[in-house]
Amino acid sequence: MWNLLRPALVMLGGFTLLLGLIVPLGFTGVAQALFPQAANGSLIVQEGRVVGSDLIARRMEGPAWFQPRASGSDTGAAPSNLGPTSAALLEAVRARAEGQRDVPADAATASGSGLDPHVSPANAARQAAWVAEARGLPRAQVEALVDRHTEGRLLGFLGEPRVNVLRLNLALGAP
Amino acid sequence: MTLIGWAQIAFVLALVVTTAVPLGRYTAAVADGRLGFLRPVEAGLYRAAGVDPAQGMGWQRYVLAMLALNAAGFLLLYALLRAQAWLPLNPAGLPGLSPWLAFNTAISFVTNTNWQAYSGETSMSHLSQMAGLAVQNFLSAATGIALALALTRALAAGGVQALGNFWADLVRITLYLLLPLALLLGLLLVAQGVPQTLSAGATLDGGAVLPLGPAAFQIAIKQLGTNGGGFFGVNAAHPFENPTAITNLLQLWAILAIPFALTLTFGRMVGDMRQGWALFAVMMLFVVAGTAITYAAEAAGNPLHILAGLDPADGNMEGKEVRHGIALSALWAVATTGASNGSVNAMHDSFTPLGGLVPMFLIQLGEVLPGGVGSGLYGMLVFVLLAVFIAGLMVGRTPEYLGKKIQAREVKLAMLAVLVVPVCVLGFSAVAAMLPVALASVQDAGPHGLSEILYAYSSAAGNNGSAFAGFGADTPYMNTTLGIAMLLGRYAIIVPVLAIAGSLAGKPRAPASAGSFPTHGPLFVGLLCGVILILGGLQFLPALFLGPIAEHFALMAGQTF
Repeated sequence: MWNLLRPALVMLGGFTLLLGLIVPLGFTGVAQALFPQAANGSLIVQEGRVVGSDLIARRMEGPAWFQPRASGSDTGAAPSNLGPTSAALLEAVRARAEGQRDVPADAATASGSGLDPHVSPANAARQAAWVAEARGLPRAQVEALVDRHTEGRLLGFLGEPRVNVLRLNLALGAP
Repeated sequence: MTLIGWAQIAFVLALVVTTAVPLGRYTAAVADGRLGFLRPVEAGLYRAAGVDPAQGMGWQRYVLAMLALNAAGFLLLYALLRAQAWLPLNPAGLPGLSPWLAFNTAISFVTNTNWQAYSGETSMSHLSQMAGLAVQNFLSAATGIALALALTRALAAGGVQALGNFWADLVRITLYLLLPLALLLGLLLVAQGVPQTLSAGATLDGGAVLPLGPAAFQIAIKQLGTNGGGFFGVNAAHPFENPTAITNLLQLWAILAIPFALTLTFGRMVGDMRQGWALFAVMMLFVVAGTAITYAAEAAGNPLHILAGLDPADGNMEGKEVRHGIALSALWAVATTGASNGSVNAMHDSFTPLGGLVPMFLIQLGEVLPGGVGSGLYGMLVFVLLAVFIAGLMVGRTPEYLGKKIQAREVKLAMLAVLVVPVCVLGFSAVAAMLPVALASVQDAGPHGLSEILYAYSSAAGNNGSAFAGFGADTPYMNTTLGIAMLLGRYAIIVPVLAIAGSLAGKPRAPASAGSFPTHGPLFVGLLCGVILILGGLQFLPALFLGPIAEHFALMAGQTF
């Protein structure tokens, strides 16, 4: 029995020490030294204040701001998880589409994380009209800003075209 | 579907094929003990454990050693999760887990399932993640690969008793294969924005807190080891887990790389690469076919949502992230369920009925396409034995595989292993569909509700870990029954498989003759595909008709629930 238990306990203890503490703590040190910005949440600091993260959506209320995608819950990181025949989901999609045609799909659906930092360029273009009106800016000026914040595909085919909403709103500034 | 979408899918799969060759060769060298760059660590572990790595074990000793490690791992993880409130590295001050949730989670990680009835950022201390969950990510993956190597050795050698030494296999796979890959992948993930810090989170201007933690290293091993358990609740859909096109690509590769490479390790160890490529081809055919169906369904979108005004060109974006898009969300769903990984970059619960059917069916086929690390290979070899048995019946010859006679004992054990998953999935689902206490976990009404139950037990018994996540899994009933399904889905397959290995190891390997049925080439690949579909899939069809297929027709008819 001891012949069986001793290796099991030693291996578990040894690997817990090695793979659970020594290696990840050392790895954390290396990551912090090499990539301090990325390893700490890619935070955006403006005038000494942490206004958000490059990677996480942050909603700014009001028609003067571009809106990120819907979340499945009011409290943040949650998808809706509603199924394709859900009446509640269909109701939510209808409400977000507001009776218009050819609405960009990401504008009327909740994201997988509830924290999607991006919208599609079509979604941003659709919002540009309202934002320009609310701010009393020429529409072309807002659209040009959206264009500058549109990121393309890597090597022309990897990833999807997208606009980081928080970065776009920060570039717009207070209305 | 778009050309660019297919180019993305083709690029990932091409990367998997290209790296499988060197990775398969390297793993064979690890299995033979030909690497030594961590010799001092390796030797220290053997000495402390009182293990002679050169001493071979018969199948029973091999199984017992594996079970002892897994049992000890379960107890330690359970204790850690219960006690995390009083332990260090808990900056957010999180309480210990309930007994039900700790039981479920400990089984889940020891069995390489990584089913998660909790949300990492609101439940797990950094210590629980690092020293509990991530350690089991390594050990459960190494356990699976060790078992596959044991079965491979039984087929490769003739007239031996020993299948290798479990402890030597465990240590070598962990130190020489999993650890270096995890460090490399982890560093690439950090560079792209996956957090790796001991702080609890960042406080934003205005008071909101973004949870952070030592995520990158754990995410690297959870993908490489086909574990799949996310650091954050929404898994690889969370922008901190999977922030860019590059991390999406790297993680997709990591999900598929080792399971595919192990078929080539197998080919190398049995001395006939064609045998490995045949298994590789079967796995790849299913991945490509499954991706085509899911991609087509998701790209076509939800007809009711299109009627409500959505652009029909955009596809079904509910539960998906803009940066990942439709094509690689579809490939991910197929890869993560084909490979018994279970991480998600989009919410399967919100897929279209047919788009969600494919991931569920891939789990039900037995997690062999390509399956978990190691478990995919030994599961596939079980299907191979049944395929040669059926071929033998058709032509009236004694079935053989790699020159070894396949007889009544092996076929009975193989059937036992193949029946575990359907019995667990259909049995538990049938009971749950009648019990009010279980039905309380169901979120959606109509056929989708049945799909949620079916998916949950498929995921548990298949040791997958993904979910139709609207399902409320954190109840005593669900934690307990899903925990039992995970245990059966792992160990009730492993023991018969190792018994097969023990029985095959002692048989001589006869050289191939003109009368041998070749187990490579298109004929055998086709036969094996058929056996997997019929033996693995047929018994699920009635349940699938009541769930996703009924839902598909309801959707076409414009019905909601």
